[in-house]
Amino acid sequence: MKIRAQIGMVLNLDKCIGCHTCTVSCKNVWTSREGVEYAWFNNVETKPGVGYPKEWENQEKWNGGWERLANGKIRPKMGGKARILSKIFSNPDLPEIDDYYEPFTFDYEHLHSAKESETMPTARPRSLISGERMEKIEGGPNWEEILGGEFEKRSKDKNFDGIEKKIYGEFENTFMMYLPRLCEHCLNPTCVAVCPSGAMYKREEDGIVLVDQDKCRGWRMCVSGCPYKKVYYNWKSGKSEKCLFCYPRIEAGEPTVCSETCVGRIRYLGVMLYDADRIGEAAAVEDTQDLYQSQLDIFLDPNDPAVRRQALKDGVPQAWVDAAVKSPIWKMAMDWKIAFPLHPEFRTLPMVWYVPPLSPIQSAADGGQIDWKGGIPDVRSLRIPVAYLANLLTAGAEAPIVSALERMLAMRAYMRQKAVLNEPIESLATNVGLTGDIIEEMYKLMAIANYEDRFVIPTSHRENSEDAFDLRGGSGLFETAKPHPLPTTAGGAGK
Amino acid sequence: MTQYATNFLFGIFPYICFAVLIVGSIARFDRDQYSWRSGSSQLLRRKQMRIGSNLFHVGILVILFGHAGGLLTPIFIFDALGISHGAKQILAMAAGGGAGILCFIGLTMLIHRRLFDPRIRNNSSFGDIAVLLLLYAQLILGMGTILISAQHLDGDEMVKFMGWAQGIVTFRGGSAALVAEVHPVFKLHLVLGMGLLLVFPFTRLVHIFSAPIWYLGRRGYQIVRMAGR
Repeated sequence: MKIRAQIGMVLNLDKCIGCHTCTVSCKNVWTSREGVEYAWFNNVETKPGVGYPKEWENQEKWNGGWERLANGKIRPKMGGKARILSKIFSNPDLPEIDDYYEPFTFDYEHLHSAKESETMPTARPRSLISGERMEKIEGGPNWEEILGGEFEKRSKDKNFDGIEKKIYGEFENTFMMYLPRLCEHCLNPTCVAVCPSGAMYKREEDGIVLVDQDKCRGWRMCVSGCPYKKVYYNWKSGKSEKCLFCYPRIEAGEPTVCSETCVGRIRYLGVMLYDADRIGEAAAVEDTQDLYQSQLDIFLDPNDPAVRRQALKDGVPQAWVDAAVKSPIWKMAMDWKIAFPLHPEFRTLPMVWYVPPLSPIQSAADGGQIDWKGGIPDVRSLRIPVAYLANLLTAGAEAPIVSALERMLAMRAYMRQKAVLNEPIESLATNVGLTGDIIEEMYKLMAIANYEDRFVIPTSHRENSEDAFDLRGGSGLFETAKPHPLPTTAGGAGK
Repeated sequence: MTQYATNFLFGIFPYICFAVLIVGSIARFDRDQYSWRSGSSQLLRRKQMRIGSNLFHVGILVILFGHAGGLLTPIFIFDALGISHGAKQILAMAAGGGAGILCFIGLTMLIHRRLFDPRIRNNSSFGDIAVLLLLYAQLILGMGTILISAQHLDGDEMVKFMGWAQGIVTFRGGSAALVAEVHPVFKLHLVLGMGLLLVFPFTRLVHIFSAPIWYLGRRGYQIVRMAGR
């Protein structure tokens, strides 16, 4: 056993309102530079949809993640090491920028300099790559916002696999949800595994996956290897860049920018202890539907004194062990089983987990159109099909999703009884395998969601981390970061 | 060509080029490793990359290793193996010519893409374009030497170049005289080839030094590091 600590994240999709504050704050801090203007370390997708970049979930197309071989071992879906090197001159698995979208600006200057004319002057789009006029903008970072575009196109969403999807194209049956996405900081990251330079690495002390900007040579295999398409090639600098989990903030005990700014308080950050020796075994279980459980199995209970002792022996600092005991991630993933990994079937053992969303059915249930079961509406009649959520979060296994949704509905029912009638009904809790006390605790963490409960982040030990003196004057990403040239305006300096 | 020019170009210039190549590369790697990269533009345009880049790279690698092996292997090894000078010349012409054609097709596509695709052109530095055109010129000159070689198949010219190259890398004086009388196309090819070494540290060519063959020897797949190490 080798115990390592990891900072994990849970996003409560039930509370995400799709405001994109996380996306915008992340963009402003990390990717407002030429070369990565098309890159969004954090983005929020409307599901169902093909997402950003297009069809990122379809690994038959992109060959991201891992595959299990007949001998029970796993290897990157792109191929073994020799096969990966053979793709170095031209990588057939690399998206083109149009698979994201062609970044653009507008000719704002024209609004100031246009001569008098009969019609209002307009600011027409211009490509930030070629500098040429774009007659039509074909895509953007959030092109399917609130189910934008035809169902025909959106329904290529991989999560519809095995679902009779046609009826969801009808207005009466349509459904949607938001999916904020960032780097998963996986326990078994494919991007690291396929980087031929060895520039990508996972930090031992907190599990954050980073690209060493000095060592990266731009072979761009990581972009293909990552099944979440969360490593981006900076076309200006020729280096790969990715979500850093705001490590300068994490090291100081502060939440990531996306978490800090989340107005819905949907994000949680905490420490998870896990057995690093069992990563390979957990990632290689035969049935993809067992991957969720196999990942749960390598998490170690910080309440167990033996685990704590071993963690300290393996070099996890005391403060981190203490934080693991209070980890909101542990509570949601392990104690209550309401949070799930995104696409465990990619076999990367992701560490950004999601609480599945409920969908609005209360009035239909009250109107007798939906069955009641044990004091809560039947989750199988929720507007968002359970099978869809299962494809997203558990490789298609529906039972864990059903249980999680029932527990969340039970929490609502229990707290409503308590708040409105002041007589909590214990059976609402016991019906879903909880107790009233646990539900109160869930309510406190998920509904009240105080700052100090959501973010339990120990500061890094300075002897383990980078010397801040060497990094002085830097942007945190690398020394030579230049701000993106602002669009030309009458008052400002132009490009 | 005066004796002074011959001596400078083929006796002294090689050492200037090698010195700049080595010192320049070390300095850049040490001072500005962030700029050390392949400079791939595949993300911006996939078209013409699959065929163009693969043909170019495979072709030029064969040519590079062919030159290194052919020029630097002492001639007595070929003699001992019973390979006549004429046979070795034919081998060099055939292998080099074949790889040259692959490289030529690939490079033509890459140059077309770089110059005429607005996305790529707008994001090309002077160095990106210059390197491609220099390689193109060098490749055409090299292919030209095959035509000249075809007029004398006894291998004597080739042995001169081997003697020159081996003399240079073993620091023996008087090597320049060996190539004093060869056809001007050969001379241009030699000078431009050395010139490529001269610009090497200042262009994206440095990525050749970083060819990640060590990846094949990595144990397992994952890399875990403590911060700051």
